[in-house]
Amino acid sequence: MRALRAQLRAELVLSLRQGEQLLVSLGIPFGLLVFFSLVDVLPLPDGVDDPVQFLAPGILALAVMSVAMVSLGIGTGFEREYRVLKRLGSTPLGRPRLVAAKIAMVLAIEALQIAILVPTALALGWDPSPTTPLALVGVVAGTAAFAGIGLLMAGSLRGPLTLALANAVYLVLLLLGDMIIPLEDLPATLATIAELLPAAALSEVLRGALTEGQSAGAQAWLVLVAWAVAAPVAAASTFRWD
Amino acid sequence: MVRYGDVAAVDGLTFSVPRGSILALLGPNGAGKTTTVEALEGYRRPDGGTVRVLGLDPRRDRGSLTPRIGVMLQEGGVYTGIRPAEVLSLFASYYDDPADPDELVGRVGLHDRRRTTWRHLSGGEKQRLSLALALVGRPEVAFLDEPTAGVDPEGRQLIRSVVAALRDDGVTVLLTTHDLDEAERLADHVVIIDHGRILASGTPAELMQSGTSEEIRFGAPAGLDVRALTARLGAATEEVAPGEYRVGAAPTPATVAALTAWLAEHDLPLADLRAGRQRLEDVFLRLTAEQGSAATDDVEGRDRAGRRGARGRRARR
Repeated sequence: MRALRAQLRAELVLSLRQGEQLLVSLGIPFGLLVFFSLVDVLPLPDGVDDPVQFLAPGILALAVMSVAMVSLGIGTGFEREYRVLKRLGSTPLGRPRLVAAKIAMVLAIEALQIAILVPTALALGWDPSPTTPLALVGVVAGTAAFAGIGLLMAGSLRGPLTLALANAVYLVLLLLGDMIIPLEDLPATLATIAELLPAAALSEVLRGALTEGQSAGAQAWLVLVAWAVAAPVAAASTFRWD
Repeated sequence: MVRYGDVAAVDGLTFSVPRGSILALLGPNGAGKTTTVEALEGYRRPDGGTVRVLGLDPRRDRGSLTPRIGVMLQEGGVYTGIRPAEVLSLFASYYDDPADPDELVGRVGLHDRRRTTWRHLSGGEKQRLSLALALVGRPEVAFLDEPTAGVDPEGRQLIRSVVAALRDDGVTVLLTTHDLDEAERLADHVVIIDHGRILASGTPAELMQSGTSEEIRFGAPAGLDVRALTARLGAATEEVAPGEYRVGAAPTPATVAALTAWLAEHDLPLADLRAGRQRLEDVFLRLTAEQGSAATDDVEGRDRAGRRGARGRRARR
């Protein structure tokens, strides 16, 4: 227990110490939420006239993707690159506790993101429906899916390549993720592809859970859960520790 | 045996290290030192043969072995954004009865650098921190892969004294090095390997006596007239390396006197003179040279420069 606590503390300190990680996990979601809520330039789905109603759930999905895929993936990729994972392999820490500490680190940063983004959205006029449990299930499933994708890269690619690819995937999923641009405003083919990706699925799940009178379709849940199972399995089976 | 594809990186290597002693695994680059150590640390599964550490199988008994060993990788192994004090405390938390991180950071001379992140430490400071991390769990066995590589002379001295003190505490140490001086000074037992095979092993003293002592070695300006000298001494004289000479004769006072007289006649300076007991370096050079010519064709893509001799290697580092 002592080792797990110390490991979690180290993971948190190291991750929060890195300015660029904070920028990705907090700065960008916060900035996008505030800017596009106040500056009415984005297309909105039919029936929504206040941007924050559409943006807030999407930005929460973006926050999950930022920390679980980008921060975790890049951080772990460089730990592998610099042989930290290899070195830990000859200590009594063990892989289960290392993985547990990383999961706890991601969840703790997500709690911090929610603690900042939700009050901000509320202050901007967001009016969510209080179906929190379903939203939390969505966050957990999304975390599993994105952490799996991040670790799939981290465990098979060199550190710098993981850095580049995670950022590229982040940008693509941000644009195709129903986060700031509604899927219905994308060309039909692109929207169909986007619906099969975890970002749009998580956005729809969170929007359904948090918006009055809406609920996410079965397809979104199915896509999200499929990614939440497949990505970690793929990561675990291909992960190279040295 | 450990193979990489078709190449046997380590083959037929047999040695044991008595508890509380220091064994140096000595060899040129690419000799198989790291491969051997990693098999012992449990990172590599041997393709054949048996590996036991404290009587345990490094892979099968990993859980019971890791609390009892300390590992220093050849490079890296530490979070780039972490500080020495932090990482020592973190690693200490993995063990039931760890060393005091504060004491340890002082022991390796990093007290003033304990709040500096890893990426800002010098190469030598990183090595000293890695050594401290290998020791924080109070290991019974420490594996140190080239602990003094890239370290300045002062740092080397410090690392050597820390390692020597481990022996007094009853810790068994296996270190690799291509620094002959280090092996000679530090180790109770030296195993010289190349091409993954043992060339010689024994205490430094045994190894230094094992070679033929029927020779005199001396250093003098390069390009001496070795024919004339051979005629004068009545013994074959050759220039083994520029400015390094070997006389194939027992180092009797008469022969040595004849040699120095010849040098004096030609007004040549004598850089150094060794007779009888060889230095470990001589043994090493002779063994790796023999091995090199015997086995030049059996492994491809090896670091051939590694056979050029200790001087070349040191200069490159």
